[in-house]
Order: sequence, then C-alpha cells, then structure tokens
Amino acid sequence: MSTQTITAGTPHATSPSSPSPSSPSSRHARPQQRVTQLRVLRSEWTKITSLRSTAWTLAAALAVTILLGVVLAKATASNWDHYTVEDKRTFDATATSLSGMYLAQLALGVLGVLMISGEYATGMIRATLGVVPRRLPVLWAKVAVFAAVSFTLMAVANLIAFTAGQAMLAPRHIDVALSDPGVVRAVLGTAFFVSAIGVLGLTLGTLLRSTPAAIGVLFGVLLVLPQIVGALPHNLARISDYLPSTSGDALMQVVRSSSLPSPTHGALVLVAYLVVTLTAAAFVLVRRDV
Amino acid sequence: MIEARGLEKRYGDKVAVHDLSFTARPGVVTGFLGPNGAGKSTTMRMILGLDRPTRGEVLVNGRRYRDAAAPMHEVGVMLEARAIHTGRSAAKHLLALARTHGIGRRRVDEVIDLVGLREVARKRAGGFSLGMGQRLGIASALLGDPATLILDEPVNGLDPDGIRWIRDLLRDLAAQGRTVFLSSHLMSEMAMTATHLVVVGRGRLITETTVAEVIANASPPTVHVRTPETSALRSVLGGIDATVTATSADTLEVTGRTSEQIGSLARTAGIVLHELTPRQVSLEDAFMALTRDAVEYATAAT
Repeated sequence: MSTQTITAGTPHATSPSSPSPSSPSSRHARPQQRVTQLRVLRSEWTKITSLRSTAWTLAAALAVTILLGVVLAKATASNWDHYTVEDKRTFDATATSLSGMYLAQLALGVLGVLMISGEYATGMIRATLGVVPRRLPVLWAKVAVFAAVSFTLMAVANLIAFTAGQAMLAPRHIDVALSDPGVVRAVLGTAFFVSAIGVLGLTLGTLLRSTPAAIGVLFGVLLVLPQIVGALPHNLARISDYLPSTSGDALMQVVRSSSLPSPTHGALVLVAYLVVTLTAAAFVLVRRDV
Repeated sequence: MIEARGLEKRYGDKVAVHDLSFTARPGVVTGFLGPNGAGKSTTMRMILGLDRPTRGEVLVNGRRYRDAAAPMHEVGVMLEARAIHTGRSAAKHLLALARTHGIGRRRVDEVIDLVGLREVARKRAGGFSLGMGQRLGIASALLGDPATLILDEPVNGLDPDGIRWIRDLLRDLAAQGRTVFLSSHLMSEMAMTATHLVVVGRGRLITETTVAEVIANASPPTVHVRTPETSALRSVLGGIDATVTATSADTLEVTGRTSEQIGSLARTAGIVLHELTPRQVSLEDAFMALTRDAVEYATAAT
C-alpha cells in the first residue's frame, strides 16, 4: 500500500459541507444528514450490489430455474406416450416448467441467510448497527431490498422458464399459454414463494446470527420437515398444509391437486410465517447486544 | 463530549464493567487506558449502544447515542479493524455506510485520500493488511465529520509512519474542538497521543488523570552499579541530591546521578566498576504501578 504522508486535519477543512473548524457546535446544524429509512434502503442496495458472491448466487438461481424447467419439460414431451391416462389428466404444464424453483429456493434461502449472517461473521454488523443505532431501519431495509431483488429476478426467471418450457411441450400440444387461467398467478406466485423463503432465511440469520445454524434450520424446514410430516398417520396429514414447502407447491399449481391446499391458502400460510419470524427477528435485533 | 455515569455491564455472573464514571471533553485527546480484559471494548460498545448497560448510562454530546438523529455526525467510530465485510471493496464499504446518512461519494473519496487508501480502494477488503484495515477503520470514523471520535486501539498494526500519522491526525482533530477518545493498553503510546487519561482495571475506574501527572509521579530513573569497592564509591557519590542503596555485597542502586556522572566520579577516585547500567523507569512501569492490583491475568511472580 502507499505510505504517502497525509496532512492531518484536512478531513474537516476539506469537507464540502463543513463550516470553519473553529466552531464545532455549528457542525451540528446539518439536518440534511440524518438517518432516514430511505437512506438506509440505499445503503443496503449498495451492499447487495457490491458483493460478487451475491451476483453469482443470483445468476445461479436464474440459471437453474430456467435449465431445470426446460429439461423437465423436454423429458415430459419425450416420454408423453408412456404416460397413463391418469398421469395425463393431472399433468400440469405450468408447474412442470417452473420446477426449477425447488433448487432456486435453496440458493435464495442461503442468500437471504447471508444477507445478515455474513455481517455477523465478518464483524460488519457492528459498523452497520453502529451508524444506525436504532437498528430496525436496517432490518426493514434488508428485507425490502432482498425481497425486491429476489422477486424481480425470480419473476423474470420463471417467465423465461415458462416460455422455454412450453416451447418444449408444444410439439405434443400439451403446452399452455400465459393467458390461460391461473398461469400468471402460478408464475408470479412461485416467484413470491422463492423470495419469501429467502426472507425467511434472512429472519433466521437475524435470529441465529450463525450462517450454518440458520441454513441448517431453513433446509430442515424445507426438506426434512415434509418427510417427517409425510410419515405421520393419515389423520395428522393435514399438518402438511401448514408447511412452507407445501405453500410453494400450492402456489405453483394450475391443475388443482386434491392433495394440496388452494394457492390462496398457500400464500396466507407463507405470509403468516413471514409475519411471525419478522416480528421475532425485529424483537431480538433491538434487544440483543450486538 | 462523552459522559459515563455509573456504567455497569454484567455477563451472567461476570462483571465486565463496574460503576464506571468518567468524562471525555471536547478539545482534548482522552486516553482510555487499561490492561487487556479491563473492560475497555465493552465500555466503548456501550457508548455506541451496541451493548446495553446493565446499569447506569452514557451520554454522547448530551444524549444517548441511540437517540441521535445523525449518529455518524455525532460519533465516528473505529471499534476494531475488522468491522467490514471481507468480500466488499473499501470504497463500496464506505459508500454503504455514507448512504445511511445521505453523505455523498465526494466525501467518501475525500476520506479515502485522507487515509492513503486510494490505490487499493477498489480491491476486496479481505485482502487488506492489518495496517490497511486500520486505515479503512479510521476512514469510516471520519466519514460523517463527527464531533466525537471513538477509536479502539487505533495504532494496532500500523507501521511507524502510520503511527505518527494517526497521532498527528488525532491531536489535530482535538485541536479543532472535537472530543477524541481512544483506548490502548500501552502507556507509552498514550503518552505520545493523549493528554487526559481514564485508567481502568478489572472493569473499575482506577483514576482519571493527565499524562503529565503520571509522568511526574513516576519514580525517578536509577543507575545500577556493580563494583568491588562499594563503600569507596558510596562516599564519592554522596550528596543531598543522590540516594545510594546497596542491593548486594557488590551492587548499588543510585538515584540522582546519571551513569555519566558516576563513571567520571569513579575514574577520578580510581574506583573499578564492573557494571554501570542506567535503568530508566518507563511510563510502562508507572502505568504498571497504577494498575498492579487490577491486572486481570497477572503472570505468576518469579
């Protein structure tokens, strides 16, 4: 690094907005430089756009969503002749082309966790909460920026996956159009589900502060819990309707399945999870020592 | 201005800070001095509202830091060098902090230049040396042009050039009327930078004093002399301003005479000297004397 000699004292003298150095009290007369929620939002936007790992993770989520949708649609088209009548009747062309979300939810879930656990791991959180000591604006900004970025990305990814997937199904005439009933809802609903899982990760990262712990819990809820609930006796099987992973399937479906709750039910369950975990995260963030 | 009143922090049964009151005033560099584990970092975190005091309160510029409308403008902080995401560049790190207060890119570039990080500002901070990390920490502390600066061990990891730079910078910032509060476990470092001292040990206030006072109260330098003719040398060295203490059959500890004076006197009197060693009582010793009873992890006496 350079070891150039720096004249001390210049910070104050050269600051564009600072008056004479001899009047420290007058320096407080700068109401334009207060912390506002909008400014904290811009700060978090700067953070999310300045990490290479974030860009790579988002790119990966986009790629797997499209690739998996195309591959599954292609495989379905190739094997269509071997499908049973019942299989053909329940075939959901939209959901098939959106299947990439099963991988994308993991990528964005991890990214959501890292939004804040990465700051705890590196010590950045002390700088972040040091300049915004009221703390809550930081949590809201992180949630808003992450939700906006991940929803936009997943909406685009799903649209491409849907379009490309339907192109694969078209030769068999088993494709659907975006204008068909429920299709737009499924495309956007799936994007909502994946970004909600990311926000869930963010709240877990806030609550647990540790990257491995938060990812462990999140993956447990998404991947292990459905297995356990699936093994329960029949009369307890409806518990499954209240799992986040079921909400994803419910939001993705256009051809209604008897084993899944309605898309509205799925969305409400997700919102309930978000409200509860965000409330807990806000409560803990404000009270806990950093 | 920082005013701590009866600050206390407990972690379970362990008391990290106990009934700590002190004031750091504008216009002077106040050193926060204490051995490792004395509660300095905990106190600094409480000033910034990062840790909640179990009891008591601390005010910055007359109010709790948490209640400040423009915290970066009230206090510039460098808690530890590594309060930065390793994957982000120095410039983006500073910009992200600046954005929270609507501080512009121009000011970010200014502080980057001020701390001499221009050439590496676009590189990932994870690859920074300790010294570069310190400079980045100081840059973030200066971003908001704050009235009060709080720096935890700011010279850690800096090369001699950097140490002199930060000393000059801090004195200058204080001369502009700002409150400068910095911690260190090195009295010698404090003597070079601070004028006022808040000395702590085991989480308790030992004394609020000035560097000048500590130096004045430090015991005077002694000279260790080894000679087969102790009694002859004693008579030569006599005088009201000199004290001579025999420490063994052939050694003396002399205060009030320099080693040069003793050497010359011995030569004139034809006394053989086997050893003549000036023992400067360092500021470190003075500090050790102050905190002797309060050292958390004292090494066993030999």
